[in-house]
Amino acid sequence: MTIFDFFRPTRSAPVARDRLQILLQHERVSAGASDLIAVLREEILEVISRHVEIPAEKVQVKMQRDEAISTLEVEIELPNPIRRRAA
Amino acid sequence: MSQVLVVTSGKGGVGKTTSTAAIGAALAMNGSRVAVVDFDVGLRNLDLVMGAERRVVYDLINVVQGEAKLQQALIRDKRLETLYLLPASQTRDKDALTSEGVARVMDDLRESFDWIVCDSPAGIERGALLAMRHADVAVVVTNPEVSSVRDSDRIIGMLDAKTAKAERGEYMEKHLLLTRYDAARAERGQMLKVEDVLEILSIPLLGIIPESEAVLNASNVGCPVTLTAADSAPARAYIDAARRLEGDVIPMMIPADKRVGFMGKLFGRRAA
Repeated sequence: MTIFDFFRPTRSAPVARDRLQILLQHERVSAGASDLIAVLREEILEVISRHVEIPAEKVQVKMQRDEAISTLEVEIELPNPIRRRAA
Repeated sequence: MSQVLVVTSGKGGVGKTTSTAAIGAALAMNGSRVAVVDFDVGLRNLDLVMGAERRVVYDLINVVQGEAKLQQALIRDKRLETLYLLPASQTRDKDALTSEGVARVMDDLRESFDWIVCDSPAGIERGALLAMRHADVAVVVTNPEVSSVRDSDRIIGMLDAKTAKAERGEYMEKHLLLTRYDAARAERGQMLKVEDVLEILSIPLLGIIPESEAVLNASNVGCPVTLTAADSAPARAYIDAARRLEGDVIPMMIPADKRVGFMGKLFGRRAA
C-alpha cells in the first residue's frame, strides 16, 4: 500500500452490484424449476444410456455462469471397448 | 380496516427487530392502534428492544394453544397507550406454533388493532413462513451488502409464493427498507448505492435508514428509536417510512445526524 492508496479508496461497490446481478438472474430462474443442472444431467445420461451402457458416476456436469453466456460442460467417460446396448 | 405487516429479511442482524419497534411506535404516535408481534420463538428480543422484558407473563404460543387469552398476553407500552406488544415464547419449541393457531390470533388482533406488525425470525423456515403467512403488506429490511441483498431476493420470492395472499392469486405488496446506510461511503464507491439495491431487488423503496449511534442507544435503553430520539436521523427516516405506509406521499431523503462541533457542545444545550 502506498501513500496514494490512502487518498484513493477502492471502489468495490460496482463489483458487488455486478456479482449480485449475475447471481440473482440465475437464482431466480432456478427457484421456479427444480435444479437445472441436475435435470440436464439426468436427461443427457438417459439419452446416451439408451445406446451405450455407462455408469452414472462417469458423468461430470459443470456449469459456468456469466452475464452474457453460460456454459454447460458435460464429460462422459466411456469404457473401451464401447459396449453398445442390444437393440 | 386493519393491516397485517410483516417485517422480514432472510438474513439475521440487519435490523428487523429495531425496525419493527421503530415503525410500530411511529404508527402509534400517529394515533393508530398498533400491536407488534414477535415471531422469533426461542430467541425473542422485541420485548427487550421495547423495554418490556420484565413484564412478559404470557406469550404468542400460550395464546395459540389456548392457555391464555389474547388480552392477557398483550403488554401495553408504558409510553404510548395505543401501542401493544405480543411477545414470543423464550422456552417453547417453535413447532408449537400451528398455521391455524396463528391464523386465529391474527384474526383476533385484526378486531382490535389498525396495524399488526409481525417481527419475523431470520431464515426461510417455518417461523419466517408463519410470520409472513397472513400479511397484507411486507417490509423487506436490507443492508447495502451482498449477502443481505441476496437473502432479501430470496425472501421476496417467498412472499410472492408462500403467503395466503399470494396463494389466493392476489398481489403481495412489498416495500424495501434499506438500513445501516452510509451515504458518504456509497458516494465513494465503497458501499452499494440505494439505486443499485433498488435496481437489483425491483421493489418500491419505503425508506433509507442511515447508520447512526442513536439506534444502539435506543436498544440499550429499551425504547424504540422513534420515541427515545425522535429528532435523530434514523428516527426521522422511520417516521417518514411509517407515514408512507399510511399512504402519505413524502419526498424520499436520507436524513443526516446533526454534527455538533466543539462550540455546539459548549453552548448547544441552551438551544436544545
